[in-house]
Amino acid sequence: MNETLLELKGLVKHFPVRGGTLIKRQVGAVHAVDGIDLAVGEGETVGLVGESGCGKSTTGRLAARLLEPTSGEILYRGRNIAHSSRRELKPIRPEIQMIFQDPYSSLNPRQTVGTIIRGPMEVNDIDPPGGRRRRVQELLEIVGLNPEHYNRFPHEFSGGQRQRIGIARALALDPKLIIADEPVSALDVSIQAQVVNLLQELQRELGIAFLFIAHDLAVVRHFSQRVAVMYLGKIVEIGDRASIYERPRHPYTHALLSAVPEPDMSSEPRERIRLAGDVPSPINPPSGCRFRTRCWKAQDKCAEEVPPLVRLSGNREGHLTACHFPEAPTTQGEDVVLDPALA
Amino acid sequence: MTTVSWSGEPGTSRGPGPFLSVRDLSVEFSTEDGVVHAVDGLSFDLEKGTTLGIVGESGSGKSVTNLAILGLHDPAHTQIGGEIWLEDRELITADRATMEKLRGDRVAMIFQDPLTALSPFHTIGRQIGEVYRKHRGASKKEARDRAVEMLRRVGIPQPEVRVDHYPHEFSGGMRQRAMIAMALVCDPDLLIADEPTTALDVTVQAQILDLLKDLQQQFGTSIILITHDLGVVANTADDVLVMYAGRAAERGTVREVLREPRHPYTWGLLSSMPRLNSSVDVPLKPVRGTPPSLLNPPSGCPFHPRCDYPRLAGPELCFGQRPDVSPETGHGDACYLTLEQKRELRTTQASDQTEAQIDARTEDGA
Ligand SMILES: Nc1ncnc2c1ncn2[C@@H]1O[C@H](COP(=O)(O)OP(=O)(O)OP(=O)(O)O)[C@@H](O)[C@H]1O
Ligand SMILES: Nc1ncnc2c1ncn2[C@@H]1O[C@H](COP(=O)(O)OP(=O)(O)OP(=O)(O)O)[C@@H](O)[C@H]1O
Ligand code: SF4
Ligand SMILES: [Mg+2]
Ligand SMILES: [Mg+2]
Repeated sequence: MNETLLELKGLVKHFPVRGGTLIKRQVGAVHAVDGIDLAVGEGETVGLVGESGCGKSTTGRLAARLLEPTSGEILYRGRNIAHSSRRELKPIRPEIQMIFQDPYSSLNPRQTVGTIIRGPMEVNDIDPPGGRRRRVQELLEIVGLNPEHYNRFPHEFSGGQRQRIGIARALALDPKLIIADEPVSALDVSIQAQVVNLLQELQRELGIAFLFIAHDLAVVRHFSQRVAVMYLGKIVEIGDRASIYERPRHPYTHALLSAVPEPDMSSEPRERIRLAGDVPSPINPPSGCRFRTRCWKAQDKCAEEVPPLVRLSGNREGHLTACHFPEAPTTQGEDVVLDPALA
Repeated sequence: MTTVSWSGEPGTSRGPGPFLSVRDLSVEFSTEDGVVHAVDGLSFDLEKGTTLGIVGESGSGKSVTNLAILGLHDPAHTQIGGEIWLEDRELITADRATMEKLRGDRVAMIFQDPLTALSPFHTIGRQIGEVYRKHRGASKKEARDRAVEMLRRVGIPQPEVRVDHYPHEFSGGMRQRAMIAMALVCDPDLLIADEPTTALDVTVQAQILDLLKDLQQQFGTSIILITHDLGVVANTADDVLVMYAGRAAERGTVREVLREPRHPYTWGLLSSMPRLNSSVDVPLKPVRGTPPSLLNPPSGCPFHPRCDYPRLAGPELCFGQRPDVSPETGHGDACYLTLEQKRELRTTQASDQTEAQIDARTEDGA
């Protein structure tokens, strides 16, 4: 790995939950992110996948310091910015940009596309050679939109087109790290391919690093050198692409991979692991291993001890798994695990 | 699975036909720059109790089509032509009160965009309950119980607690599930789901798709599923409609379209998707060129500026004359290539792909 650009250490984010009928007082907390260690190297893409609500966006927003962590460290180029003030953050803001999950609410409906994309240049007093307007038109072209659309409003664009506006805005300041929160899930597959190719070029040519949050495991595999799998506020498995996709050890990673719908009608449908049971609440996460309530391999130990995220025997270097009873390192047919609920 | 008939004379009186029938639909928006032809001569049918997957390029008119079915376009800026029949009722000419009564009750929609569809000022439970009260005249208590039940059905943990939360306290995926709960609260006959699972991880996606299937089996719901994900279509839909530039490019059963795709645009869609076993060193293969302008749609076949085959198919046709979907029933597509040519081209492509995959595997092994 290249020099580390971003490092999250023991990162925790709890959101207070308020209750009571008259006086609202804190009755608990959503454990959105609960002790995460994750590093992103310069020019590297780290994919972040996992169940809806497991804390991926929160992790992304913490990394971009749009949120302040409850505890833990956020090191950017070695400097802890976990609790830095607005003023202290100002010089590094341009270097860390975010592309959002929701192309609708993340664009101001009353601003033209030109104004939206120019925004970051104005906020940060940056005057590109050739002027801001030229730069915006260049950016529109880079993301595959017509530069003539400069004066249009977001509602005149389809979902996919709006997402490209968001990407153009993120590129406006030549960032070093882009936190991309589901940047392609609203795009059709062809434009998704264009955008992924585009992001990959940006990564290769401009050396931009990415924390790439997505649900489409095939896209994540295509774009990420390393992948982290999250479940209920914790990383349960992390490793290079080949380890995660070809030699996964955590049962949850197996379940995820088995649920990917593939369009090839000719091949026999793969065995799908249906996760039994409810998604546990991040307000009262299960003791021990958080996946145990839905895991087909769970034993008493899983309720008693939190499994550490470690390199298991058989794992390659850098491939860490948090499981007491890991699966064999393969995704081949004979190893497919069946859902206990169906057995 | 039911077979779908795609033809049908437009007319005023209708015998028993498909549950939903869209005929020659056009939707145009007047904008400062001119008229946007968002949907242009689109026809399709949906049988009772079946699922139609609509796929197609971003901006190809999928959402606009379905908003027309729901009567949700602003009449001041929108021109709608053609016919939309829901059983024996024509919806384009229906008055507001009729549409208002249909929406949320018999016809429900899961929007692509959960944040604008949910009000930030009311709790999730109240918003779900409201629909139930409006259409079913339920009491506050009944509505709340129903909301909890619906949240549980879509897999929200601790629904009794979550029912009192506001949308911003939910993750993206949970908001999407709340939307689905809201759409299903009155057990609709027709459910239009616009990208219902794009915000969800694959295991929850699988659960939601199972949920929609269950609902369909239990209540005979007809479903229109708009998605970019051909994998989701393969797993969920009975029939598929591939849209391009506001028109139908191809339609047929899922098997027909995914196993023997005929339209060059459908080929493009299939080849631009990364697979779990495709090579990661080769860039993805998007359809070349840029999406068509809907202010000035291309002449002839709207796909011709991006297509590799006009010379083969006959340039005067491709550049000069709009292709219609043919044959009129069954597996059909709007392209001038002959069936024989399409079959040949597809086989060559398929073997190219296999080769690329074999190359990738040998590289991985090395
Ligand atoms: N501002 C907030 N206040 C209270 N709880 C919150 C807040 N933001 C997020 N949460 C909760 O934190 C948890 C993690 O949410 P987050 O948005 O990070 O999930 P996610 O992994 O991005 O999910 P998705 O894949 O659905 O987008 C969820 O339980 C969510 O309800
Ligand atoms: N109110 C409007 N005014 C002007 N143009 C519009 C309006 N609504 C939609 N359009 C245009 O109509 C076309 C079709 O949009 P639509 O939202 O149906 O696309 P879509 O197929 O759903 O795309 P996506 O997959 O990105 O959601 C787009 O080019 C869009 O810009
Ligand atoms: S009709 Fe012509 S331009 Fe259109 S898809 Fe077929 S070959 Fe290509
Ligand atoms: Mg998220
Ligand atoms: Mg849409």
